[in-house]
Amino acid sequence: MSTTGTHETEIVVPTDVPVVRIVREFDAPAAKVFRAHLDPDLFARWNGPRYLTQRNELWDVRTGGAYRYVQVDPDGAEYAFYGSVHEVRPDELIVQTFAYEGFPDGVSLDSLRFEDLPDGRCRLTATSLVDSFEGRDAFVASGMEVGVREGYEQLDELLAEG
Amino acid sequence: MTADPLSRVFSALADPTRRDMVARLASRDATVGELAQPYDMSVQAVSKHLRVLEDSGLVTRTTDARRAPVHLEAEVFDLMTKWIERYRREAEDRYRRLDDVLRDLPDPPGRPAGPVNDPTTGEAP
Repeated sequence: MSTTGTHETEIVVPTDVPVVRIVREFDAPAAKVFRAHLDPDLFARWNGPRYLTQRNELWDVRTGGAYRYVQVDPDGAEYAFYGSVHEVRPDELIVQTFAYEGFPDGVSLDSLRFEDLPDGRCRLTATSLVDSFEGRDAFVASGMEVGVREGYEQLDELLAEG
Repeated sequence: MTADPLSRVFSALADPTRRDMVARLASRDATVGELAQPYDMSVQAVSKHLRVLEDSGLVTRTTDARRAPVHLEAEVFDLMTKWIERYRREAEDRYRRLDDVLRDLPDPPGRPAGPVNDPTTGEAP
């Protein structure tokens, strides 16, 4: 695995609350990182893996708003994600729900906190809360299609051996 | 509904007593009695926790006998941490794409040009 040194993503998966927390620092001020989340075209450029193209179908990211976007793979298969936007505080905070349309019950409540650091840098803390540990674990396992299957197969094998 | 294997491992570890038991088993095998010792709970209660750990595949016992040593299946435990690492890498890849976007992005209007500008291009906001 390659390293860029200074600010690798940190993941916290607490065992006492069904939360996943992602902490990452950026060489840009909070205002800029915030903008890259709020601007639909900018967001589409980095949100998904490169082999997926993103189409924003609804983009009303403001307090009381909503969003929906579709990711399309090279074979034309579409994956839609959507949520309600609870709170948007410029350069500081976005609170929203997030769900995959194929599994709407697996909704998470996400808060994104943007904090300025010295030297024009910033820290982003993304916290996702779900309503069960099973949901959280499925969430951790999502978006890794091949890896997930392999992981399950490996785990199944291991458990079968036991 | 049967929970999938990974969820069973995660939820087995959702309990602080079971986490502590797993941490102790990481250094060496122990009997139910030995495991029960530091806790203010009955051997039955400890056995119950142990059953959850066994069902998740995290620990094994050769027999149900109280003196049978409990063994941590390190491979299953490692697999869980690998899953978290994979998720972490996924998030890191995503944020590296964001790094690229930020590098090309002019500063927000009304903000002084500062050290946030790309030093290689000297791009002004």
